Amino acid sequence: MATFNNTDLAAYKDVWVYCEQRQGKLMPTDFELISEGRKLADELGVNLCGLLLGDNVEGLAKELGGYGADKVYVCNSPLMKDYTTDAYAKVICDAVNQLKPEVVLFGATNIGRDLAPRCAARLHTGLCADCTHLDVDVPNYVEFLRDVSTLDVDNIQWNMENRNLKMTRPAFGGHLMATIICPRFRPAMATVRPGVLKKAPVDQAKANACEVVMLDVALTDADIQTEVLEVIKASKKLVDLIGAEFVVSVGRGIAKDIEGGIKLARELAEELGGVVGGSRATIDSGWLSADHQVGQTGKTVRPKVYVALGISGAIQHKAGMQDSECIIAVNKNPDAPMFEIADYGIVGDLFKVTPLLIEAIRAAKAAK
Amino acid sequence: MKIIVCVKQVPDTSGKVAVNPDGTLNRASMQAIVNPDDMNAVEAALKLKDETGCRVIVVTMGPPPAMGMLRELMAMGADEGVLVSAREFGGSDTYATSQILSAAIKKLGIEDDDIIMCGRQAIDGDTAQVGPQIAEKLGLPQITYAADIKKEGETITVKRMLEDGYMTIKVKTPCLLTCIKELNAPRYMSVRGIFDCMDKPLETYTYETLKDDPLIDLATIGLKGSPTNIFKSFTPPAKGAGMMLEGDDRDTCDKLAGLLSAKHII
Ligand SMILES: Cc1cc2nc3c(=O)[nH]c(=O)nc-3n(C[C@H](O)[C@H](O)[C@H](O)COP(=O)(O)OP(=O)(O)OC[C@H]3O[C@@H](n4cnc5c(N)ncnc54)[C@H](O)[C@@H]3O)c2cc1C
Ligand SMILES: Nc1ncnc2c1ncn2[C@@H]1O[C@H](COP(=O)(O)O)[C@@H](O)[C@H]1O
Repeated sequence: MATFNNTDLAAYKDVWVYCEQRQGKLMPTDFELISEGRKLADELGVNLCGLLLGDNVEGLAKELGGYGADKVYVCNSPLMKDYTTDAYAKVICDAVNQLKPEVVLFGATNIGRDLAPRCAARLHTGLCADCTHLDVDVPNYVEFLRDVSTLDVDNIQWNMENRNLKMTRPAFGGHLMATIICPRFRPAMATVRPGVLKKAPVDQAKANACEVVMLDVALTDADIQTEVLEVIKASKKLVDLIGAEFVVSVGRGIAKDIEGGIKLARELAEELGGVVGGSRATIDSGWLSADHQVGQTGKTVRPKVYVALGISGAIQHKAGMQDSECIIAVNKNPDAPMFEIADYGIVGDLFKVTPLLIEAIRAAKAAK
Repeated sequence: MKIIVCVKQVPDTSGKVAVNPDGTLNRASMQAIVNPDDMNAVEAALKLKDETGCRVIVVTMGPPPAMGMLRELMAMGADEGVLVSAREFGGSDTYATSQILSAAIKKLGIEDDDIIMCGRQAIDGDTAQVGPQIAEKLGLPQITYAADIKKEGETITVKRMLEDGYMTIKVKTPCLLTCIKELNAPRYMSVRGIFDCMDKPLETYTYETLKDDPLIDLATIGLKGSPTNIFKSFTPPAKGAGMMLEGDDRDTCDKLAGLLSAKHII
């Protein structure tokens, strides 16, 4: 059997964040991960390091420092201009084997979810997918559970010395939550859902202090078995669901007048200063493009206000929006599950209610 | 040429889901279905079979009732089925699962023009890890999130989806692809297929069958060997239902706008 990296766990130190860039631009989730990584590195008392791969990408490093990275390792090669699993996995695994981090985080993007499992399998270590919460210190974890679980946390025996990374994620479509640990191998690895963790404010002093370390890259053509023929960016501007403070989503409830329903949602969203989203039913029916989908297989949003117009509230949809600060549901069925999590519920026909709501909001704003 | 498709039987999480008092899932109360993305993988394989006449083998790791699922996939058109099942394999995480499935695939043999297909992700665990981990264990190139697959000789060209567009990637067989629902619409079982499927070969690989493969090391498979462990599992508390606004539509909207304004949300 391959050599296991479990002989000397204590040799593994530092928290690493794999910082994904596309066409020379950092992904928004990099900043969320660096901000969260800072917290974990402080709890462990180690350095937080960014890992940046690409072709001439060192210019991006300092920005990561602004969110809390102590150090950024940069790996450049013309062979890493476009993302390939082979090149990126090799360079990451080489760096991990050389420098031995104890935690490595990836964004759960389409690329992170391609790369992280390949690396974990090669490094013989555990990987937890699509996490929504991370902890090291047990007391913090217990407080987290007190909020989000039905567990009687005060009557559980906790080992306060447990310094494993505790990686929490939804399972079974959000019906169950699980906290995963990787106690016997290093590094502990996780992919983290974009849009879930909070980004820290930028600190210019930290950005200036951030150390940029160039690593040697051992990569040849022979290491890469795939050939990228083209990278096509979607031509239309995608809706920024994750960054929006207000999201107005529509569901199958708009079926009797699809265009009219979407138009109403747009108007309400504009009035609030937000964007339009949709349930999977609206995407599967072709009413909205895939970038609008909220939920387990779509995006996770936590805006100030989430308005659900004609959405039943299936568990897979809730999984992507239940942590919104305020949820407003409009549904003609008083038993729709969406009402179970709504802060404000209106039983009614969305085609009648939405125009009145836009009017009322306009009036309330004017009255201020 | 053959295509090996890894297929998982999963509980249907779109219906009502029952959770046991100990926080585990009450699987008995739920219907078992073929993992949705895996249906797209099977369809992609059957399309290539229609074009090239290759063999399609469906492989699943799971308890013996998963055999019924394999028969259904053979009624759709798959030629052979392999059930990988053993007590030693139970409780495996994705890393351990990929080692076991890789050992099973090695036993079937990988030739130069073969393709391994997986679904992108299984709806019970939602990890999307098993495909890439099998590719690594077998030393094959991988392309995940495949939304279009074209084969010309030993060259495969794949449209690989990104959040903000796509890449077109070329790879040579043997390789591993993971499939998403945009790829195709899975076909139904045919009457003829249902009739024929009982005569098609269905093998079971146990621990005994695979134990000589170096990947099948009790220290790295099953519940005990898996690198990740469950530290705690729990159910989210039911969020206290909020306020239902009563009255005619105009009243409720005015009330709501008033509340939002009072809370400085608007
Ligand atoms: C593996 C898997 C992953 C999934 N991932 C997602 C996901 O990421 N996101 C997602 O959204 N779903 C997802 N789903 C699908 C999910 O289970 C539901 O099918 C979907 O969310 C339902 O969409 P809906 O609420 O728009 O439609 P429906 O469930 O049909 O609800 C429509 C609602 O509109 C109401 N209505 C009808 N007319 C009106 C009217 N005039 N005015 C007001 N109300 C009206 C009805 O009362 C009803 O409640 C997933 C499913 C599976 C199996
Ligand atoms: N037990 C299993 N048997 C066969 N295939 C599996 C199994 N588990 C996972 N897979 C394959 O790996 C894909 C990804 O699964 P997962 O990593 O669990 O999300 C699935 O869509 C299947 O193709």
